[in-house]
Amino acid sequence: MTTLTLAKALNEGLRRSMEDDSKVLVMGEDVGKLGGVFRVTDGLQKDFGEDRVIDTPLAESGIVGTAIGLALRGYRPVCEIQFDGFVFPAADQIITQLAKMPLRSLGALKLPVVVRIPCGGGIGAVEHHSESPEAHFTHTGGLRVVACSNPADAYTMIQEAVRCDDPVIFFEPKRRYWDKAEVDLAAPGLPLDQARIVRPGRDLTLFAYGPMVKTCLEAAAAAEEEGRDLEVVDLRSLNPLDMGVLVDSVQRTGRCVVVHEAPVFTGFGAELAARISETCFYHLEAPVLRVGGFSTPYPPSRLEEYYLPDLDRVLDAVDRSFAF
Amino acid sequence: MTADAPRGVDAPPELVQLLTPEGERVEHPDYDIELTAEEVRSLYRDLVLVRRVDLEAVALQRQGELGIWASLLGQEAAQIGSGRALTDADMAFPTYREHGVAWCRDVDPVKLLGLFRGVNHGGWDPAEHNFHLYTIVIGSQTLHAVGYAMGIQRDGAEAATIVYFGDGATSQGDVNESFIWASVFNAPIVFFCQNNQWAISEPLEKQSKIPLYKRASGFGFPGVRVDGNDVFACLAVTRRALQNAREGQGPTLIEAFTYRMGAHTTSDDPTRYRLADELEAWKLKDPIERVKAYLFKNELADQEFFEKIDAEADALGKDVRSRCLALPDPRPEAIFQHVYSGAHALLDEEREQYLTYLAGFER
Repeated sequence: MTTLTLAKALNEGLRRSMEDDSKVLVMGEDVGKLGGVFRVTDGLQKDFGEDRVIDTPLAESGIVGTAIGLALRGYRPVCEIQFDGFVFPAADQIITQLAKMPLRSLGALKLPVVVRIPCGGGIGAVEHHSESPEAHFTHTGGLRVVACSNPADAYTMIQEAVRCDDPVIFFEPKRRYWDKAEVDLAAPGLPLDQARIVRPGRDLTLFAYGPMVKTCLEAAAAAEEEGRDLEVVDLRSLNPLDMGVLVDSVQRTGRCVVVHEAPVFTGFGAELAARISETCFYHLEAPVLRVGGFSTPYPPSRLEEYYLPDLDRVLDAVDRSFAF
Repeated sequence: MTADAPRGVDAPPELVQLLTPEGERVEHPDYDIELTAEEVRSLYRDLVLVRRVDLEAVALQRQGELGIWASLLGQEAAQIGSGRALTDADMAFPTYREHGVAWCRDVDPVKLLGLFRGVNHGGWDPAEHNFHLYTIVIGSQTLHAVGYAMGIQRDGAEAATIVYFGDGATSQGDVNESFIWASVFNAPIVFFCQNNQWAISEPLEKQSKIPLYKRASGFGFPGVRVDGNDVFACLAVTRRALQNAREGQGPTLIEAFTYRMGAHTTSDDPTRYRLADELEAWKLKDPIERVKAYLFKNELADQEFFEKIDAEADALGKDVRSRCLALPDPRPEAIFQHVYSGAHALLDEEREQYLTYLAGFER
């Protein structure tokens, strides 16, 4: 076992992927000498060279567009988008090209491209550096969308994403980059499309992914002191969803709350609420409740503690669920 | 040039031309080409056959057999000249109008029709032909082509990439990003811009204040304007640019100065925005007539040859028509196929539910 931060775990996972397969490339702004603004690619260019760890021009559409071309030539590019709010110039290439090209070719083409996106708030950043754009991508057929929440998953999930023959949008919880945990570098991880129960409980299920998993675990610990036994499920994969684990959990607990940083309105939680209602209707003791951001642009950082779901807002929703 | 003046009637001074509209061979100080009689006849055949496929496709659309068609009429020389400059190892990235290049890459024309008939979104294997799928979003493919060229660099392969786009596409961010990428990575790529003067209804003046080929210098690589209706010049200029790319000299922008003789697509009505005079002026620059005149004048082909090609074209038109009409409609389950490379729980569930629902009608 090794103690790693989440950022370092990603770094080790990328390193392992590059060692395993000479076709794996890393590309993005400042990923080379600097090692990325979050140091996720630290040292990779030094060890694998400038042809495999590519400092690109400052143009996100170009990063994803050329990654597609490299994939067509047999490479497996891992693109870094520096911050969530900067993925939108690349959204055209991701949505109109990357997601659709395998279907367009009737399966002749595989596009094993990973697009890594540091996401979420909580770091006191300026505008465009704290967003949660996952719903834009889960709504696009042809993409797989995953989010890691802890160092051990980060290490294995990035390797699984690189091995996957489909395009993968890979969300990284930027405020958890510096969280440390024990990582077993030899242990195989869960398959990429599986959810995990990170805290078993009997009374209510909290669904979360990425940065909100830790918040939910803290909320569950606090609730325990009040005598409530909350289960926390880390979705890990947003598209596809591991419905088996989710349904089983809610059928046991009878209540659930979905937590994410993104705005609640037509957010990912809306899909979860609908699906849980369809599949668990007779098991539900209360409607599926959602906790998330407001239907506004992300606020200035002095206000983000009010905007972001925290332990108290999660517990408030838990109280409302039990009040039904 | 004002917006109302016929475009390109006076040939721009920098134009590379090796064959005049009257079929006269002319010399150019920087570009030359040696073609055997057989090679010229073969180019002529290509030009005639792709025009025939195109005419058949327009007719099929008019009869309701295709949803839409983007005609290449007038651009045959640009496409055949550049397409025949490619080696097997080179890779081409088309727009949705490169039917002539597809012909050069041995893509069955009926496969092109599948997309416009709506039976699929593409459906040929790009790797089998080194001809990528048609790209409909304007300019997106330029970045794919540069990425592919960067792959060629990393493979150390003796090959280059060519990417096609139009005058309108030069305003797209992706095209400009692709110029930057190609330049800084010195990628083995040829940017082949068919300036057909019109982006649907918008004339070139809406896209650029300077000749398009001059854009290249700002990005740090050479640009050249070629007579896009001169198949010899298109072949010579593209061949040189590809060779430069293969030899590590980086990208070239070729502006093939041509004219879209037809509508943008079969849904378009160019009489709403352009003058008949302009079309008449360009008819005199027809890419096929000049090769025919050249063959005649130099006694490289006789009447029998031309009749034979016409007969071959008619047979091809009939064949394309009959096989287009025979294209089977896809089964509903095809909606779910090839979206992902393997199992996908959500899609698998939706497919099963929908097929069960459909089966309910069959009981």
